[in-house]
Amino acid sequence: MNGLSPIAQVALQFLLLSVLAIGGVNAVTPEIQRQVVDLRHWMSAREFAEMFAVAQATPGPNLLIATLVGWRVAGIPGAFIATVCMCGPSSVIVYTVTRAWDRFRDRPWRQIIQAGMAPVVVGLIGTSGYILAKGADADWRAVALTCAGAVLVWRTRLNPLWALGAAAGLALLGVV
Amino acid sequence: MRLSIPPVSESPRPDPTELDLFLGFLWASVRGFGGVFVMGRRMLVEERKWLTPEEFVELLGVCQFLPGANIVNLSVAVGQRYRGWKGSLAALTGILAAPAAVSVMLAALFMRYAAVPQVAHAMGAVAATAAGLVVGTALKMAEPVFRKDWILALPVALGTLVLAAFLRWPLPWVLLLMAGSGSALAWGRRAR
Repeated sequence: MNGLSPIAQVALQFLLLSVLAIGGVNAVTPEIQRQVVDLRHWMSAREFAEMFAVAQATPGPNLLIATLVGWRVAGIPGAFIATVCMCGPSSVIVYTVTRAWDRFRDRPWRQIIQAGMAPVVVGLIGTSGYILAKGADADWRAVALTCAGAVLVWRTRLNPLWALGAAAGLALLGVV
Repeated sequence: MRLSIPPVSESPRPDPTELDLFLGFLWASVRGFGGVFVMGRRMLVEERKWLTPEEFVELLGVCQFLPGANIVNLSVAVGQRYRGWKGSLAALTGILAAPAAVSVMLAALFMRYAAVPQVAHAMGAVAATAAGLVVGTALKMAEPVFRKDWILALPVALGTLVLAAFLRWPLPWVLLLMAGSGSALAWGRRAR
């Protein structure tokens, strides 16, 4: 894969991850980070965490981290291709399955796989949080913000964008 | 997707065109600041009535079971149901176009001023908080899963975390091993 242009590498990477994104794109964020930061050195862990923050701050589905990785690597065409590749294969699967759903909606294996997958997804989303925090938390103030964000989502029903806005405001005022 | 649930009211089933699907999902994504999913449900169930509440829950169950972002999958499924592949494409474009454009604009704006110390500092704080939001999501998702069957959930969730976060295994191997053993464990505990 190393002989390919960066944009082709991005395309291939997201085509594969699209199929693996059971539990949403947050579940494949650790793998995106591993490839983009650890293997290909397209950006640092801190830059990745920043791009993720921009994706989080944008209203919309949570696959925007793919859009922004594509953009960083290859500009607007990269953003477009990364977005299309990230949702293409999964959409074909959804299209095919929902068309044929009546045939296997009550099969017992579905329930079993679903029960077995749920904790895996929990573990993967936890991994995302850990890896992003590791990239973003330079000092104890940042760790405190991470904890505050976690408690807010976990314990309240407040719109998370308030937390992102408040963090930016506190930082500009020099509090954190 | 044909569902056997008959319509409750006498009002005729909606019949959205490709353009309706595109605009419906576009509008939901634009309004859904910070929670496109909430707006998606309001649009689908309450406003346009493209799905009944029961259909929404069932379709969401299917979408969560399949790869991809929930709301994106939902748009594909609803589009498919009313207008086939053209409907799916219209709904998918509708849900993605505006957020993708806005995210690139925000990122470009940030990159332009990234050298300004205050901006870099503020972005660091936002990134740290955003990481926390993901941790919180994981905790929130863990609660019902652990309450349902913690003997299944604990080893599988922890094993996944160790392999993916600390050993940094590639995702396909993590999924193969953990989804396999998770399903096997779920099967064993069900047969008991």
